[in-house]
Amino acid sequence: MSKTYRYTLGSRQWEFSSLKELMARATPARSGDRLAGVIARSAEERAVAQMALAEVPLKDFLNEALIPYEDDEVTRLIMDDHNSMAFAPISHLTVGDFRNWLLSDHADSAMLARVRDGITPEMAAAVSKIMRNQDLILVAQKCRVTTAFRNTIGLPQRLSTRLQPNHPTDDMNGIAASILDGLLYGSGDAVIGINPATDNVAQATRLMKLMDEVISTYEIPTQSCVLTHVTNTMECMENGAPVDLVFQSIGGTEATNSSFGFNLNTLAEAQQMALELKRGSVGNNVMYFETGQGSALSANAHHGVDQQTCEARAYAVARKFNPLLVNTVVGFIGPEYLFDGKEIIRAGLEDHFCGKLLGVPMGCDVCYTNHAEADQNDMDNLLTLLSAAGCSFVMGIPGSDDIMLNYQTTSFHDALYVRRVLGLGASPEFEAWLEKMQIMSDAANARLTDALPPAFASSLKSLPVGNHDAEQKHG
Amino acid sequence: MVNQPDPQNKETSEWQGVIDNPWRRLRQFTDARIGLGRSGVSLPTRELLEFQLAHAQARDAVHTPLDFATLTSALEKLAQEFSILNKERPALVHSQADDRLVYLQRPDLGRRLSEDSRQVLIKKQQTPEKPFDLTIVIADGLSATAIAENALPFIRALAQGMAQENDNISLAPITLVEQGRVAIGDDVGELLNARAVLVMIGERPGLSSPDSLGLYLTWAPQRGLTDDKRNCISNVRKAGLSYTEAVRKLLYLLHEARRLQCSGVAIKDRSDDSVIGNSSGQTSFLITSGGQG
Repeated sequence: MSKTYRYTLGSRQWEFSSLKELMARATPARSGDRLAGVIARSAEERAVAQMALAEVPLKDFLNEALIPYEDDEVTRLIMDDHNSMAFAPISHLTVGDFRNWLLSDHADSAMLARVRDGITPEMAAAVSKIMRNQDLILVAQKCRVTTAFRNTIGLPQRLSTRLQPNHPTDDMNGIAASILDGLLYGSGDAVIGINPATDNVAQATRLMKLMDEVISTYEIPTQSCVLTHVTNTMECMENGAPVDLVFQSIGGTEATNSSFGFNLNTLAEAQQMALELKRGSVGNNVMYFETGQGSALSANAHHGVDQQTCEARAYAVARKFNPLLVNTVVGFIGPEYLFDGKEIIRAGLEDHFCGKLLGVPMGCDVCYTNHAEADQNDMDNLLTLLSAAGCSFVMGIPGSDDIMLNYQTTSFHDALYVRRVLGLGASPEFEAWLEKMQIMSDAANARLTDALPPAFASSLKSLPVGNHDAEQKHG
Repeated sequence: MVNQPDPQNKETSEWQGVIDNPWRRLRQFTDARIGLGRSGVSLPTRELLEFQLAHAQARDAVHTPLDFATLTSALEKLAQEFSILNKERPALVHSQADDRLVYLQRPDLGRRLSEDSRQVLIKKQQTPEKPFDLTIVIADGLSATAIAENALPFIRALAQGMAQENDNISLAPITLVEQGRVAIGDDVGELLNARAVLVMIGERPGLSSPDSLGLYLTWAPQRGLTDDKRNCISNVRKAGLSYTEAVRKLLYLLHEARRLQCSGVAIKDRSDDSVIGNSSGQTSFLITSGGQG
């Protein structure tokens, strides 16, 4: 059971009553931990907690569950699925040595893949707390997680995008307009994914059909997803709707997930149903999960565990179901959890690192709300840092403005910027399609063609000329 | 030797300006920022600056303090026009969040009245012999702009709507809350002995909607209620849900709440049942008019 962790600094002895408390005190400052009352009470206490945490053997995490095994099915999943063979090469390390090991040349991509199933979310969270941003980037960049459905995501030097064509009333033409805009800017290889404004089975089915028609008509090597509740998607599948990916928001504790209205059995059942549809052409990863620091606290389901550790535990849920995509929606939740650009950037890098270390195909919704102390420059920074870290995918939305969810995320332009600066391609199947459709003349260098691609010109030609035509003339 | 123009070279030496997107006219279907055009792969200057302006307006909506004095006198004047409105001067109270910085990081404090404010309302409570049917709470929330622009015209529309319905609803004096969240209406409603509370609050501003008013109706308000006990009407603003539509929905919900003696998930908003399903087509221009050309 829980033991007391002590650390002597000079003449002063510091005490942390449990591993859970030690982890929370060692966490870089953020407003959510302050709101929960688990944050370090001084900068010195945080630094000391980090020193004490560095001395904790990784084995301790297998003996002391932060949330009791009996009370929480996510803890049971973590403990029961732990692979001691995979753990062997790192089993003798402390958290501090684990950081050294991860950064060493010994820990190459193959070695990191080998130990993956021996790492628990708590171990990943613990080591991340004593890593600087550059450490999080360097190690994540060595982790390879590749998934596939109708294209391949997560290959080295690739960055995919989710095309997010949301509309406040789910207007079919409004959504189609944003899809077209995105495709013509080379976006959408991770998924074309809609957050429905009206969340029910009938609406989800309409949106699935819309995207399925677009994907099949234009033969796009990508997949679609309506981000509705898992039980809605299951009903859609029963009714024969064209479901590519099953979506669910997930958290790192059983109580969070039950507040979201599902448990692990629900996800297993949904995954099985989606696999039976056999709609993937190059792979069978059929799940799409979203996460984000603060969700457990917001559901009052955090058990006194800091928000970053709760978040890492969500990745244990994710990896159980072999997802195509996992997306940490880092700045959406608001300033009571992540206050400003600095906290959002740190959290984005932590989430991506922990996800990749645990073997999850991690992408990031690089985003902020208007009541957070953040702006487009913070997003430029996080986008660039995550892309350097090998982030699997980011969002793509017209002009960064989600008019349905009322927040700002990365735009189609943003993705092209970072692909050029860092020399990153889209998924190979999608890149070939972009060139075939004459959307790009040189996809490897993110070079768009200047003329309207012929396959889309006819769709536009038959449309009435609207009042907005005048707007084009500004030059 | 004749100097042949090199097409490659020409491209770099003679800049053609920003590349426009002919599909910008699809904005007839959406307010999304589509067809922005590009320079290289980057946003043109005009679009960049327009975005910055929209963000500045949204930031100002969050951080500019609401002018409660102006609102108070405007509400007093409005009460003279409509007999249904309570004539008493609106009370100005404060949450436990001292300032905006605390408010943004501690939503729990924004949900509770400060002790001074509780005393103000407890004194008022002794006035009525029988409970009010409804009390209206106006809170700044996350957008002072939303309240400044919409609170007065909405209450005018509400007073007109109530007068037409002729329901004999008794309204408590209006309460104005500084640094308030939705749940603070529970404190106010309980202290004022009201059967129901309507919280009008500035919603989290979107980039294209810094002025969105939210309406929350709660039956039998008391401290500690959860959000599933409330009904919400969102996006009330000039370019969003109109005041008359919002009033229609609210009066429907209020009627149901009084009939069923409850609010929240137990009441379904069926005021638009007839609209669902035929508001827009089943397919889009991307399919109907073309495909692989």
